[in-house]
Amino acid sequence: MALSVDDVARLARLSRIELTDQECADLAPELEVILDSVAQVSGVADEDVPPTSHAVPLTNVMRADEVRPSMGVEAALSGAPAAEQDRFRVPQILGEDA
Amino acid sequence: MDELLTTSAAQLGAAIAARRTTSEEVTQAHLDRIDQVDGQINAFLHVASEHALEQARSVDRRIADGEKLGPLAGVPLALKDIVTWTKAPTTCASKILEGWIPPYDATITRRMVEAGIVILGKTNLDEFAMGSSTENSAYGATRNPWDTDRIPGGSGGGSSAALAAFEAPLAIGTDTGGSIRQPASVTGTVGIKPTYGGVSRYGLVSLASSLDQAGPCARSVLDAALLHEVIAGHDPADSTSIDQPVPDVVDAARCGDISGMRIGVVRELGGEGYAPGVEQRFAETVELLTRLGAEVVEVSCPNFDHALAAYYLIQPSETSSNLAKFDAMRFGLRVGDDGKHSAEEVMAMTRGAGFGREVKRRIILGTYALSSGYYDAYYGTAQKIRTLITADFTAAFEQCDVLVSPTTPTTAFRIGERVNDPVAMYKADLCTIPSSMAGNAAASFPIGLAPEDGLPVGLQVMAPPMADDRLYRVGAAVEAALQEQWGGPLWRTLPELSTEGAQA
Amino acid sequence: MSEAVLDFDEVMANFDPVLGLEVHVELNTASKMFCGCATTFGGEANSQTCPVCLGLPGALPVVNASAVESAIRIGLALNCSIAEHCRFARKNYFYPDQPKNYQISQYDEPIAFDGFAEVEVDGEVFRIEIERAHMEEDTGKSLHIGGATGRIHGASHSLLDYNRAGVPLIEIVTKPIVGAGEKAPQVARAYVAMLRDLLRALGVSDVRMEQGSLRCDANVSLMPKGTTSFGTRTETKNVNSLRSVERAIRYEMTRQAAVLTSGGTVDLQTRHWHEDTGITTAGRNKEEAEDYRYFPEPDLVPVAPSREWVDQLRTTLPEPPAERRKRLQSDWGFSDAEMRDVVSVGAVELIEQTVAEGCTAQAARKWWMGELVRRANEQQIELAEVGMSPAQVAQLQGLVDAKVVNDKLARQVIDGVLAGEGEPQQVVEARGLAVVSDDGALTAAVDEAIAANPDVADKIRGGKVQAAGALIGQVMKAMRGQADAARVREIILERLG
Repeated sequence: MALSVDDVARLARLSRIELTDQECADLAPELEVILDSVAQVSGVADEDVPPTSHAVPLTNVMRADEVRPSMGVEAALSGAPAAEQDRFRVPQILGEDA
Repeated sequence: MDELLTTSAAQLGAAIAARRTTSEEVTQAHLDRIDQVDGQINAFLHVASEHALEQARSVDRRIADGEKLGPLAGVPLALKDIVTWTKAPTTCASKILEGWIPPYDATITRRMVEAGIVILGKTNLDEFAMGSSTENSAYGATRNPWDTDRIPGGSGGGSSAALAAFEAPLAIGTDTGGSIRQPASVTGTVGIKPTYGGVSRYGLVSLASSLDQAGPCARSVLDAALLHEVIAGHDPADSTSIDQPVPDVVDAARCGDISGMRIGVVRELGGEGYAPGVEQRFAETVELLTRLGAEVVEVSCPNFDHALAAYYLIQPSETSSNLAKFDAMRFGLRVGDDGKHSAEEVMAMTRGAGFGREVKRRIILGTYALSSGYYDAYYGTAQKIRTLITADFTAAFEQCDVLVSPTTPTTAFRIGERVNDPVAMYKADLCTIPSSMAGNAAASFPIGLAPEDGLPVGLQVMAPPMADDRLYRVGAAVEAALQEQWGGPLWRTLPELSTEGAQA
Repeated sequence: MSEAVLDFDEVMANFDPVLGLEVHVELNTASKMFCGCATTFGGEANSQTCPVCLGLPGALPVVNASAVESAIRIGLALNCSIAEHCRFARKNYFYPDQPKNYQISQYDEPIAFDGFAEVEVDGEVFRIEIERAHMEEDTGKSLHIGGATGRIHGASHSLLDYNRAGVPLIEIVTKPIVGAGEKAPQVARAYVAMLRDLLRALGVSDVRMEQGSLRCDANVSLMPKGTTSFGTRTETKNVNSLRSVERAIRYEMTRQAAVLTSGGTVDLQTRHWHEDTGITTAGRNKEEAEDYRYFPEPDLVPVAPSREWVDQLRTTLPEPPAERRKRLQSDWGFSDAEMRDVVSVGAVELIEQTVAEGCTAQAARKWWMGELVRRANEQQIELAEVGMSPAQVAQLQGLVDAKVVNDKLARQVIDGVLAGEGEPQQVVEARGLAVVSDDGALTAAVDEAIAANPDVADKIRGGKVQAAGALIGQVMKAMRGQADAARVREIILERLG
């Protein structure tokens, strides 16, 4: 399957990674090699094979609705690149106006 | 070399408990060793000397006060830098997390600290555990103590190298596709990937949630079992944690009797692409197992041939989502916040600058595999192949108690040899990936050196889910028989590292 | 910028609307969906966070059993099938209010699906098909700094508080609602009102639209009359009151009709409702929308509610709204028309509570459907928000029954209560509104009126009893309304009889 440089650029945007044109150009053939080698999976499993998500199948793992202590504002913000008024300070958000 | 460095963790624990030595003395000896040799090995990303000594002294005091602590109380350990610990930064060997001190301890970290284990520091890995050589670390490659021009395996090369270089008697690894077992194999150490769900993942920075599993690393089977016992067991904070009693791994490691055990050799895990020395040592070990009373049969697991391909769809897919949280908003690196760039741009700039090449490669691969129109063909199909692999295991375990194979097709390759060939690099995990996909227990034990290069070879043992004790039974039997044959542990033949180049 | 719109009647002459409603309900569990942090409102910023809801590396989610229970009960109350086995899925998109940059939601395996609900508009019953109800988690809240107040545009930066991040949400999605015609906006409003009442009766949510614990996104499209294939839809977000649901849909219908009539095409897009100006504005176009890359959440295991559990939860359901309405109508003795009006202004529960406070149903209806609904309409607010409680209405009626006030004075009492002057009794005392029933004072006033109107008095003496009205009016005026009119009449007839 062919993965173009433009495809890589689109995937990079979707995954929020800034890539230089050179990086996109380098990645495209690399990814293509990987995709070619993983392409063998197609057709291996029939329609009726169920998917497996975990080794030991578990269901209904839940906790009681009990409040547990939070970690505190200071700890919450301890790793923040920037904070203001007990909140995480982030650059201007583009996108949807409300 | 200081005898404290080569003594087993079990013996160190006993000596500390009996007050024949102190945890402080043992800890100091290992800190000194790190100081002397880690300049050549680069196993540690952070050494928490002060805290380790403080912790050691506290254990010594408690023992002096007559408190009864566990068998590993006071024994030092190297923690892979992908597990959170509030006393040191957790970087995952990535620039994007440089200096991040987590505000909480992983469940296994807490359990180890409660057991009196002294954490020396954080060990190097491939960035976010993506790799098989520890060359993908943002903080430089780790070197293999058997030959410092070679890789110590990956992603847990820091932990395996720390053990082989006697910088720690115990280490924690994490295994997603082989990151505990393959490094153990190429450094002549012991590495166990417990059953998925057997050890809590809470506080282990996720690579691929459905595959990740932390486990014990050591130089001996019993040491690994003792550490296994400390970290394993149900954790309500991890929904995928299994709520069942931990198999008696310590008893199995002490027993080491495999007479009557049925052992299956997996036909698909050998042949073309496997180094002759690896095949030779493996064949000898299979003979040894028969001599020790096991019944060895050949089994076929045809779907193992698809495991690597399916793995390289599932792992990048889950990774692409798990690593989305590294976005410069709440923690970690932030690039481009100059008042002009938007949050969206800062996210992309930070991720562009903060992630290394392999991480970007896999995130983009995973984004592609999950994207609309491709999900069924890639992720969906890969999950079905998982079912087929599991079915192969189930069928094999109807005939056999455990399965065996080489841990990895070759011995340690040279640093730089495969960096530009991702597919060749991925093949290092050919044998370990099936058990990752099926989630069953698996381990690697040293079985000698390949004649052609004198480098360690590992035996992979695979057991059914929650039958982790069988790994230790086989491992202990092989270890005892081979050490008798060799006249001591494999590491006795390890070349002495120069202690000249001690770092300031 | 406001766009061209078509007159609503003209819209209906040419188009049929198709609606789809997505309602998000914040559950009132004590702790969050996947961690033990409290869900209470108004806490100090980021004080209700932990590694899980902040999305810190290494943290893992664990499902809140109560939230699953609420989801199942909501599903059952909406006549849904409950999945025997379902999973959580990750919805991947980058946004700073989403700590993990994916939302744990459900995708192709919702916990509840294929249900229905009935709503009534002007006596006509509409059946709304429910596509699904699924579990997910809320996002954090951002504060935009440096631009126009609270607006994202022009802001220099934003401040994030993750106290709401991880609060359990249930998203209830309808199948396309067709055939409602000109009543479509009202049907949508009635549906959301029905959900609000149902969720309140289930006790699973505070259902406070103004606080955002019940939020509605409205999908609207038009198809030219006589055709059956749906037109391109828009999704209007931020529709956060019952009135807005109706207005936003009505507006969007008129806007789309104008676009289509002028030969244009409707863009598949997200739009935002502006309560103040009464219009919607374009948000992001859906063609550019994120590819959410859903996949099963690998950090969680499937939820497989046992049939025993589901059956047990079924026994905890409140009376279905339609049955309840029939029962109340019969208890209260309301006519069909009266009941319909009560339902349409959302007064069922208010009347029920007023009756519970000891008032007769007819009197309760009189106040709520008369004076109070008039005031709510004047202020363009919901009846429940008018500022008088069912207990206060019952107390007011008690004062009328005891002849302390008459109906006219009672309206002044309502003024006082709404002005915050206290309970009805306190308002009567403070404003001196009690009816004068002292015969001495009344007799004096009657005598004065007779003296001032001898001709009227003569007529009454001559047997023209109906002329007494003029004198009663005089007396009431002199007493500033605070007299019992019936007693005044008696005294007049006694004096002139």
